[in-house]
Amino acid sequence: MTTPLLSLSGVHTHVGRYHILHGVDLVVPVGGVTMLLGRNGAGKTSTLRTIMGLWRASAGSVTLAGEDVTQAATPAIARSGLAYVPENMGIFADLTVRENLVLAARSGEIDADRLKWVFGLFPALEKFFSLAAGALSGGQKQMLAIARAIIEPRRLYLVDEPTKGLAPAIVANMIAAFRELKASGATILLVEQNFAAARALGDTVAVMDDGRIVHAGAMAELADDAELQHRLLGLSLAKHQ
Amino acid sequence: MIARLLSGDLPRSHALTVVLVIVLVSLAGAPFLFPGSQSLNVAAKICVFIVLAASYDLLLGYTGIVSFAHTMFYGIGGYGIAIAMHGIGANWGAMGVGIALALLVSLILAVVIGLFSLRVRAIFFAMITLAVASAFAVLASQLRDITGGEDGRSYSVPAMFRPSFRLFEQPVLGVSITGRILTYYIVFTSSLLLFLAALRIVNSPFGRVLQAIRENEFRAEALGYRVVVYRTVASVLSAGMATLAGVLMALWLRYTGPDTTLSFAIMIDILLMVVIGGMGTLYGAVLGATIFILAQNYLQVVMGKLSAATSGIPLLPQLLHPDRWLLWLGILFVLSVYFFPTGIVGRLRSGRLKA
Repeated sequence: MTTPLLSLSGVHTHVGRYHILHGVDLVVPVGGVTMLLGRNGAGKTSTLRTIMGLWRASAGSVTLAGEDVTQAATPAIARSGLAYVPENMGIFADLTVRENLVLAARSGEIDADRLKWVFGLFPALEKFFSLAAGALSGGQKQMLAIARAIIEPRRLYLVDEPTKGLAPAIVANMIAAFRELKASGATILLVEQNFAAARALGDTVAVMDDGRIVHAGAMAELADDAELQHRLLGLSLAKHQ
Repeated sequence: MIARLLSGDLPRSHALTVVLVIVLVSLAGAPFLFPGSQSLNVAAKICVFIVLAASYDLLLGYTGIVSFAHTMFYGIGGYGIAIAMHGIGANWGAMGVGIALALLVSLILAVVIGLFSLRVRAIFFAMITLAVASAFAVLASQLRDITGGEDGRSYSVPAMFRPSFRLFEQPVLGVSITGRILTYYIVFTSSLLLFLAALRIVNSPFGRVLQAIRENEFRAEALGYRVVVYRTVASVLSAGMATLAGVLMALWLRYTGPDTTLSFAIMIDILLMVVIGGMGTLYGAVLGATIFILAQNYLQVVMGKLSAATSGIPLLPQLLHPDRWLLWLGILFVLSVYFFPTGIVGRLRSGRLKA
C-alpha cells in the first residue's frame, strides 16, 4: 500500500478543560474525496482544526505525506500544502474579492488561467471581483471561501460543511465545483451533514461519533446500506430523497 | 499620476476629497495664507500629528493592535535630536547621528516588545506597552544629566533653521523667507512624504495581510501567514514613523521635554485623533489631527468671542467663557464618537453610497 497523504493516529485534543477528540484514527488516501460524516458535536470540525494546528493535539500524531506535523505551527502546515475552508466561510469581509484571492496565492499574484477556471466554477465571483467580500450574499461568500482555497493547486483541501445553510441551486453549484476539482486529481477531506451531497462526491468515508471514528470504508458501501446509515448517522436515505 | 502617489487608495468621496485638498493647500501655503508665528506653529503641529496619528492608525486601525507605547517612540525621536544637538552641537552631523540613534533604539524596542508580547492576547499587549512606556517616561525624567529631567532640553539647531536666517534678500509674496519658514517646509515636506509612504504600506500586499490579521488572525494563519512576524513588522514600521515625527517636532520646537513628547495626555490625543477621523483609513488621521489641533488652539478664541457676543443673555456668557473650553472639547468628542461611530471619513464615505 502506498503512503496515505494524511493520517491521524490516536489523536486526542483538549480545548480548555474539555476533552474533545478521544483517539481519532483517520487515513486520507492520495486523490479523491474522503467524506467525514457524523452528527453535530461528533468532533468533525475539531478534527480539521487539529490537522491545521489551530488546536494542538494532546496525544497521538498527525502525519502529512510521511512527515510528522503534529507539533508544527499553523502557517507552516498551511505552507506545506494544505488549504482550509473553515465552517461559516472565513472570508475577509473588509477586503475585496480580488484581495481575498491574492492573499491565498503564495506568490502574491493570481495565475490567470487558474483564475479563469475558478470563474468558470463560480461565475458570480467574476461579476463581483472588485467588491468588498462582506457585501456578497451567503452563497457567494461560500464560493469565495472555496475559490480562495483552490486558487492555487494544493496537496490537500480541508473543507468544513460547504453546503450548510445554502439554497439548493447553490448546493448543486458547490457539488459540481467539487466534482470538477476532484476530476483535476485533487485530494479533498470534506466534512458534510448533507448526505445527498456526501453520496454524490465521496469516494471513501469516515463517520465520527463522540470524538472517535466509528466507521471507515467506501462511500458506495455506506450509501447502499440503509441499516448501517441508520445506525451510524440516525438517518435513512429515503428521508433525503 | 495622483492615483499612483496615493497608492491607488483614493478618498472615494467628493466631500472627503474637497476637505483633504483644503487641508493640503492650507498646510502647503500656511506661511503665506496665515502669516504669524502662532498660526505657523499650529500648521507645523498639524503636519507632525498627521504623521503621528497615521502611524498609530497603522497599528490600531489596520492591524488591530492597541499600543500605549506610541508616545514613547515619538519621545525617542525628540530626545534623539535633543541629546545629539545638546551634546555634539548644532550641526548637520549631530542631527544625522541623533536621527540614526533614535531610529535604532526605537527599532530595537519595537522588535523586543513585539516578539515578547504580540503572541499574547490584545489586552496583555496593551498592558505591557503601557508598562514599558511608563518606565521609559520615568527613566527620561530621572536621567537628568542626559535628558535634562523634567525641565527637558532646549538646544540650538543648524543656522539654516534659525529665525534670523534669510533664504532670499527680498521677501517672497510679501513674506520674508526666514529659517522658521524653511524649517516649516522641511516639516511639511517630510510629513507629506511619510504620509504617502504610510499609504503605500497599507495598500501593499503586506498591508492586505495586516487587514486580514485584524479581521481574523486564525484565518490568516490557516492561509500560511505568520501572524507574530507580520504584527512585529507593523509595530516596527509604526514605531519608526512615530520616531521621525518626534524628530520633526523637536526640530520645530528646538526643545524636548517629557510634557511635549512622553506624556500620557499626548497618547490620548493621538487615540482620539485616530478614532474621530476614522480607524483603518489613513485619511482619517489627516482629518482627526487637523480638527483636534485646530480645536485645541482656537476653541478658546472662538469661545471668547461668543462669550462677549452673548454678554446680555443670562448664563450663556458663563457657559461660553474661554475657561470652559475643555468642557466643550469633551462634548464635541462625545458627540462625534456618538454620531460618527466609523469616524468622519467613514461617515463621508457612507454618505456617498446613499446619494
